[in-house]
Amino acid sequence: MKKPKHKKEFTKSEPVKADPINRRDFFNKSWKWLGIIAAVEVTGMFTGFMFSGKSKNNSNPKQLLEAGPVDSFALSSVSAFMGGRFYLARQQDGGFIALSLRCTHLGCSITWEETHKRFICPCHSSAFDISGKVLNPPAARALDYYPVMIENGIVKVDIGILMERNTFRKDQLQYA
Amino acid sequence: MRTIFLHLHPARVNEASIHFNRTFGLGGMVALLIVIQIITGILLRFYYTPIPAEAYNSVVFTKNQVLFGQFIRNIHYWSGVFLLLITFLHFMRVFLTGAFREERKINWLFGLVLLLLIVLLNFTGYLLPWDQLAYWAITVSTNIIGYLPLVGESIRTMIIGGKELNADTLRTFFTFHTAVLPFLLLLLVLYHFWRVRKAGGILVPETVEKPEMVPTMPNLVFKEFIVALVLIAVLFIFAAVFNAPLLEKANPSYSLNPTKAPWYFAGVQELLMHFHPLFAAFIIPISVVAFMAWIPFIKYDDSPNGHWFISEPGRKSSENTAKYAAIVTLAGILFNEYVLNFEVLLSPIPAFISNGILPLLILIGFMAGFNKYYLKKLSLSKAELVQAVFVFIIVAFIVLTLVGIFFRGKDMALTFPWNV
Ligand code: HEM
Ligand code: FES
Repeated sequence: MKKPKHKKEFTKSEPVKADPINRRDFFNKSWKWLGIIAAVEVTGMFTGFMFSGKSKNNSNPKQLLEAGPVDSFALSSVSAFMGGRFYLARQQDGGFIALSLRCTHLGCSITWEETHKRFICPCHSSAFDISGKVLNPPAARALDYYPVMIENGIVKVDIGILMERNTFRKDQLQYA
Repeated sequence: MRTIFLHLHPARVNEASIHFNRTFGLGGMVALLIVIQIITGILLRFYYTPIPAEAYNSVVFTKNQVLFGQFIRNIHYWSGVFLLLITFLHFMRVFLTGAFREERKINWLFGLVLLLLIVLLNFTGYLLPWDQLAYWAITVSTNIIGYLPLVGESIRTMIIGGKELNADTLRTFFTFHTAVLPFLLLLLVLYHFWRVRKAGGILVPETVEKPEMVPTMPNLVFKEFIVALVLIAVLFIFAAVFNAPLLEKANPSYSLNPTKAPWYFAGVQELLMHFHPLFAAFIIPISVVAFMAWIPFIKYDDSPNGHWFISEPGRKSSENTAKYAAIVTLAGILFNEYVLNFEVLLSPIPAFISNGILPLLILIGFMAGFNKYYLKKLSLSKAELVQAVFVFIIVAFIVLTLVGIFFRGKDMALTFPWNV
């Protein structure tokens, strides 16, 4: 078994029993601690420097994009907004959802196939239906979406917030 | 010049250690390629702009308007490929001659770190041209990190500085590629050399006669010079004949089909086709790396003798293990692709079990069976058994990588190389 540290030191400094922490010991220890503190401070400074400037991208303010009047989108149709990086999908029942282009498998950009009425990912051929639900793995989660707002008959999409979900639920749709 | 060489080498070396087929000069080649990467990398930096809007154009400018621009870029590309390949060969050579044990074990660990650094250099460099190939390969590779439970998503966001590749990603990758990693690499390479000397040079088989020591200059230095010339010639021929790829400028709205990981991750990519991401990208690769780091610390019954494959039974068993591993891996790929897909077949069970634990257990079963019905019968020493496991892993890895590079085409379906 290893001896506890203070015991060892005590035996070492036995001759000067009257002064258990002698001067040299004290200074050596102080230097050691100063060194450790300095190292911690420098590391903290580096990490602070590296990461503090990087978080700014994550919390974008509201960024409304006008998609157009409600009536210009037919039922069960999909319109691409490549600049906003989303597809505006109008369901059979008239509900709107703005689906992100990013496949939930490994992030490739999906494309809409009009003939089969589904989204297809070119990378590992995941497929999603018009509401973003998974039709074909390897993707496991439904497509991410952006919040839709409908004001005075105009459809607007907030591309500042990306909403993640596991499956499709009715309350993710917006109605006029 | 003379003094530089004599600082890296001792003044006299063992005659046996400088025979070409002892090391194939692989370590020296790696050193030379690193120097070439640094020189050509610095040249490319004079024209390269690390901003998404400019990066691609600056590479096109280098290629088309700068005298020897295309050639320098090609050298940097091919030398990066060679560097990784030759480091990998060097790693196999060191293992298969037993030079990773005892006084060399720390250097084995540093060698693994060097291999990792070279992978990272290749990976960070891959993004820099900011073309479609770069953009989607790095998108897919970094998205894999997101599958690590709990912390994955935040690690990914930290590495790429957001949800998708952006200007921060490019700046970070550029800084790592052209400053942090080359600097670390150089430091570690020098340390690696120093430890080779400290361990008494290259491990050589014991002979009856006393080893003959010959002066390093000219015996070793001259051989190194020849190897260097030949390597440079081969590299220049490659660079003159095959251009480094450059597709259209990155377009975040349009993915390539197929989108492939960089070639050195093709093995992991192939695993991803068959296993749940948690297994394919983390549990299996991390176990393999841990195994590689652990092997020098196993207690063996004998000292390494410096012979390739240790002994005659060692060679025979390695050969059969290699064949077995190749067959099992290929059969597994084909079976999972065409006959039976656990994820679809057992869809009520979570994919984590049906497509992770289950196939992994089957694979381990195949390894255990081989051990029981073949390796056990040979009464191998411990070192020879570990060697068999090493060979199995390496061969399986090589097969996966080759399939991923040459046999995956459109929609990532299996095809023949001429359709890829
Ligand atoms: C030592 C190991 C190194 C490796 C393995 C390596 C590897 C790579 C790779 C694979 C690429 C992508 C090439 C392409 O796809 O076209 C690249 C690009 C680049 N590298 Fe390196 N590199 C290394 C060192 C350096 C150094 C030391 C510098 C500069 C100080 C540098 C500067 C660059 C630049 C500016 C590019 C972008 C230009 C282009 O793609 O044509 N590299 N590197
Ligand atoms: S990234 Fe879409 S299927 Fe893999």
